[in-house]
Amino acid sequence: MFYREAGDFKTSYEADNQTFPIKFDRYRYYAVLVIAFAMVPFVINDYWVNAVFLPFLIYSIAAIGLNILVGYCGQVSLGTGGFMAVGAYACYKFMTGLDIWLMQDGEWVRYALPEINIFFSVILAGLVTSVVGVLFGLPSLRIKGFYLAVATLAAQFFLVWLFNKWSWTYNYSASGQISAPERTIMGVPVTGAETAPWAAYLFCLVFLTLSALIARNLTRGMAGRKWMAIRDMDIAAEIIGVNPLKAKLSAFAVSSFFVGIAGALFFAVYLGAVEVGEAFGINKSFLVLFMVIIGGLGSIFGSFAGAAFLVLLPVLLKNTLVGGLGWPTDLAAHLEFIIVGGLIVTFLVAEPHGLAQLWRVTKEKLRLWPFPH
Amino acid sequence: MPEQLIWGMEVFLNGLMAGVLYALVALGFVLIFKASGIFNFSQGVMALFAALTLVGIMEGQVPFSHLINAAFGTEIHHFGWHVPAVAAILLTMVVMVALAWLVNQLIFRHLVNQEPIILFMATIGLAYFLEGFGDIMWGADIKKLDVGLPQGINSTIDEVTYNIFGYGFFIDNLDLWATAVAALLVIALVIFAQYTKQGRAMRAVADDHQAALSVGISLNFIWVMVWSLAGFVALVAGIMWGTKSGVQFSLSLIALKALPVLMLGGFTSIPGAIVGGLIIGVGEKLFEFIIGPMVGGATENWFAYVLALIFLVFRPQGLFGEKIIERV
Repeated sequence: MFYREAGDFKTSYEADNQTFPIKFDRYRYYAVLVIAFAMVPFVINDYWVNAVFLPFLIYSIAAIGLNILVGYCGQVSLGTGGFMAVGAYACYKFMTGLDIWLMQDGEWVRYALPEINIFFSVILAGLVTSVVGVLFGLPSLRIKGFYLAVATLAAQFFLVWLFNKWSWTYNYSASGQISAPERTIMGVPVTGAETAPWAAYLFCLVFLTLSALIARNLTRGMAGRKWMAIRDMDIAAEIIGVNPLKAKLSAFAVSSFFVGIAGALFFAVYLGAVEVGEAFGINKSFLVLFMVIIGGLGSIFGSFAGAAFLVLLPVLLKNTLVGGLGWPTDLAAHLEFIIVGGLIVTFLVAEPHGLAQLWRVTKEKLRLWPFPH
Repeated sequence: MPEQLIWGMEVFLNGLMAGVLYALVALGFVLIFKASGIFNFSQGVMALFAALTLVGIMEGQVPFSHLINAAFGTEIHHFGWHVPAVAAILLTMVVMVALAWLVNQLIFRHLVNQEPIILFMATIGLAYFLEGFGDIMWGADIKKLDVGLPQGINSTIDEVTYNIFGYGFFIDNLDLWATAVAALLVIALVIFAQYTKQGRAMRAVADDHQAALSVGISLNFIWVMVWSLAGFVALVAGIMWGTKSGVQFSLSLIALKALPVLMLGGFTSIPGAIVGGLIIGVGEKLFEFIIGPMVGGATENWFAYVLALIFLVFRPQGLFGEKIIERV
């Protein structure tokens, strides 16, 4: 009734191959885009942006990235936090002018690139992260399954340690923190203290839209099919002609690219100042992995759903328990652990394929509703 | 003998002791993985939970007092009695068995035949749940645990080494005890697995679930038993770590350290867990001692993982793991 494809005829291959072949889906997608770009920026305030929208947008990018690696290519990674840190620090170096110190006549002389526009800094940060991701993805050719999951912990802990100890990465600042200076796009500040809520929101939204588009089309195409073949059974995939080296490493590269962008935005736009162990610790890796699992492995929509779920849940809990009932904050934090843990288990027991699968089932139901026979 | 070398030897010995403690946590992982194919991420939190429960029972704390006080505005904290250590340990064991039974009933029974990654995720969810549950039940403050194990420098070793090298080694009594307990535990577990009826059934389940079912072994019973055993190992690890550094949240992080230990030793081997633990313990202490000062220290955070990673590239199944044979 509500969701039907009857009467939706295709007359060309392009129409048949488009991202949303069903008319209803396509219109819903346009409607979401219009609301997100043209309506939300006018109505949001500081609280909504910082508590809900920015984390949702940024974690969605990270979840899309991790979903490509875990959901599509089947390589479990616990190094997301570390890769996000790479993105953040790379972005910081690019936006403050990447420098190099050379010894000349017994003195260290600083040579630096000019400061790069924040938009391109974020993209460059993604590229740097994808190089690092490929490096840490190399062992995946030999190590599989849980062994790989644990091996990616090496990336997590090593990278966080590196950004703590290597003072060049935080421009020798005394506090060991990095903080984002004000940067503008066409005169509008998007980082720093003066940023308007709508500017930060739109900046992240642009990245999210681009990421989702790229990811969606990559996973529909040859690259995505190769990844899925590797995920389903790597030896069989190898026999039918999928090069595991290229497939696995490209998954690591693409995944880390998105995760790096998410890390860069997380630092530059959302937090503004970052201490690496605190912002990009192991908990971040788990959080993003939970989003992917709860949302649904191997689904772009699932990444959005998972991110929305895990961003909204703590806000909701905090508002009801601390704001509504007046309980102490630490108690609410512990309850949050219990509820998140319980929900994850419940989800896995009830629907191992996540929110995306629930959505698919609902769509199936809506097609026939209200006459199921 | 040069001083550096003597210090190195002391570091080596301390590394061995630390390795034993890692191995204790890793043992719990191996038990569950062997019997049910579940990679139990919550092992570290189980150790934390066991230690919290032990302290709570010994101190006579009222469970959930924080929650009750917040909800009803009361001011209760303690029953006002103290339970002796042995009785408290037994009671905690009962709690851990009940936990094992609940975990099996509520979670893993429903997840039979799911992919390993789903099971793994379920244990992460369980870890989160237990962490919050333990904190709400007993409070999140750092607690002191004292079950009467000796602590502090071992004076005999100090004297003997002073007489030989002219420099007394600092070896903690508690570490010596932990080593002894770990050795006993491993011997007991091996005997249990090899020579008892239940142990044999456990190995059968580990080998092939369906074949085990068909000869009349109850999967449910074996799984509850294995989770209880893992709970017991967690309790021992929790006592050792809790006495050493206080019962606190960071206890659950040692579980992460146990992962590279497992990878080195192989997921399916009990001796592997011990040897892996020793290698990691010694390796990270020596690396910190020799290379650490050159790169700014705190290398212990990542050395174990990187070592395991490099090692696995050359031997993907670990030191003692079963050879991985893949077929299409």
